[in-house]
Amino acid sequence: MPAIVLSPSLAAVTVCVYGFIAYTAILSFTGSKMFARFDFVGWRQYERLFENPRWITAIENMAIFGGLYIIGATCLGLFIAILIDQKIRLEGVFRAVFLYPMALSFVVTGVIWQWLLNPGLGLEHMMRSLGWESFTFQWLIEPERAIYTIVIAGVWQVTGFVMALFLAGLRGIDTEILRAARVDGAPIHKVYTRIIIPALRPAFLTVFVIEAHLAIKSYDLVVALTKGGPGVSTELPSTFMYSMTFTRNELGVGAASATVMLVSLASIIIPYLYSELRNDRHA
Amino acid sequence: MANLAINHVTKSFGSLAVLNDINIAIEDGEFLVLVGPSGCGKSTLLSIIAGLDEHTSGSITIDGDPVDGLEPKERDIAMVFQSYALYPAMSVEQNIGFSLEMSKMPKAQRLERVSKVADLLQITHLLKRKPGQLSGGQRQRVAMGRALVREPKIFLFDEPLSNLDAKLRVEMRTEIKKLHQRLGATIVYVTHDQIEAMTMATRIAVMKDGILQQFGTPEDIYDRPKNVFVATFMGSPAMNLLPATVVGETLSLKGADAVLPVPASVVAPLTEGREVLLGLRPEWLSLASAGSPSGPSLPLLVEVIEPTGPDVFAALRAGEREIMARLPTGTPVAPGQKASFAIDLSKAILFDAASGVAL
Repeated sequence: MPAIVLSPSLAAVTVCVYGFIAYTAILSFTGSKMFARFDFVGWRQYERLFENPRWITAIENMAIFGGLYIIGATCLGLFIAILIDQKIRLEGVFRAVFLYPMALSFVVTGVIWQWLLNPGLGLEHMMRSLGWESFTFQWLIEPERAIYTIVIAGVWQVTGFVMALFLAGLRGIDTEILRAARVDGAPIHKVYTRIIIPALRPAFLTVFVIEAHLAIKSYDLVVALTKGGPGVSTELPSTFMYSMTFTRNELGVGAASATVMLVSLASIIIPYLYSELRNDRHA
Repeated sequence: MANLAINHVTKSFGSLAVLNDINIAIEDGEFLVLVGPSGCGKSTLLSIIAGLDEHTSGSITIDGDPVDGLEPKERDIAMVFQSYALYPAMSVEQNIGFSLEMSKMPKAQRLERVSKVADLLQITHLLKRKPGQLSGGQRQRVAMGRALVREPKIFLFDEPLSNLDAKLRVEMRTEIKKLHQRLGATIVYVTHDQIEAMTMATRIAVMKDGILQQFGTPEDIYDRPKNVFVATFMGSPAMNLLPATVVGETLSLKGADAVLPVPASVVAPLTEGREVLLGLRPEWLSLASAGSPSGPSLPLLVEVIEPTGPDVFAALRAGEREIMARLPTGTPVAPGQKASFAIDLSKAILFDAASGVAL
């Protein structure tokens, strides 16, 4: 009976997810241009990929964006969760307020922040019209800085969700442990650094996996906020892959970039999952 | 090691009093057990002694010094929690040494203290493990180690054995008692289990609804309960309570058509016709044999026999009343049999039927 219930979705997942992953991997070794062809060219598409300066920019941006996004959202989410966990009033209101950005799609988030950060419309315009004539905030249109605006928007959107995960973890900690720490004479910062945060390891795992995959697949945020620009300064692997595959008729290079993304994501997450789950079994 | 005095301690939330004028004093090296049904305030009282909760009025002194308002770490106490409350991310060694680390003891000295305690509790082989890798009994030992390592003036135990299985509970009970005798430590121990209270304590405080019902040695509590609650809460099977009316120098048992003399322990003068409860522990009944000196006895019908190994519990019937008796194994009784049972009235206790207070 369980086999019958599971088999349709199992078949769908096998074909639509793993099947097409395999198909993409195969395409990356062909000379496909606009349409899929099966003339195998070995590693040629990968060589072309890494010779392309736009791809190199995309990878550098990924490192900056991914790193800051994960660190920023984790730290901020944990901090807010700890503050909300202090038995405050109106806790439900605060939780909802911080969670709301999660209800918005990346496109909406991108548009909101595009307005906010647009020098002629948003923050800069507001400060200037309030009388601070020399105020300048033009990260959105500076090629060197534009990637950080994506970090800001991304962190803003995901922090509430990270907070909710950490809050659940914090609520799961036995209050007797906190009493025991008080009897042991631990000051409050030691209670957090030595007892509570280490106890949140499973929550850290979940948060990291969610943030990492959001970071690597983030596409719509960039499209809505900067369209990859100015120039190609905020290009990410996903936007690169899309434009190669669908607008520049380089299906082979696009498939190669998609495969590189998959392998790099897997190489981060699989060892992490493996070690965490193995520890859990021992514990 | 120290003495502890709880003077007129009251705790209330608004108009609800959870502790009502509690007075308890114990000497250095005593083992005080706070016992009572859940919600009686015993754990709250322990938290107040620990400094984790605040009392509304009254005072607590340790070694004669008031500790009211002091943080737990300033009171020189250590506590073992019901859930053990081990720090999940730390090894056993770090768990035990954490309080010493927090008091900035040098590492070498700390490790020495930890290994001494681990030796005492026979957990040296577990020192490198995480709490998640330990069994319930091992966690219990680690939790005790964490308290012992501090060498505090007073140890506080909050139902430490309630999460263990029955066999382990009995073992740990003996072990805690051994530790107490060996260290001569002053201990305050909270439990809802009257057997734990009887077996471990040198002093028992029986509580109910935030009120101290009786404070005394286990013998006092068991043999001379001050009221019906203490009488029935302590001891298993519970004390039999037989409604009776005073008629001259005798008690007429209601619904049983039987008459017994007034127990010798009663000092208060009894007015004719007073409604009372006669308290009889199950072991104060025995099968009256032809050879034994004649004392007060009752003809009773044996209804059910429950052998426990060393004893046999017998549910007996006298008219409308059911009486529990604890008889030695081998006593010739069978269900359905009518027999005469001798009653040890030298120990029996009389309670006022309305107030439940011992007379």
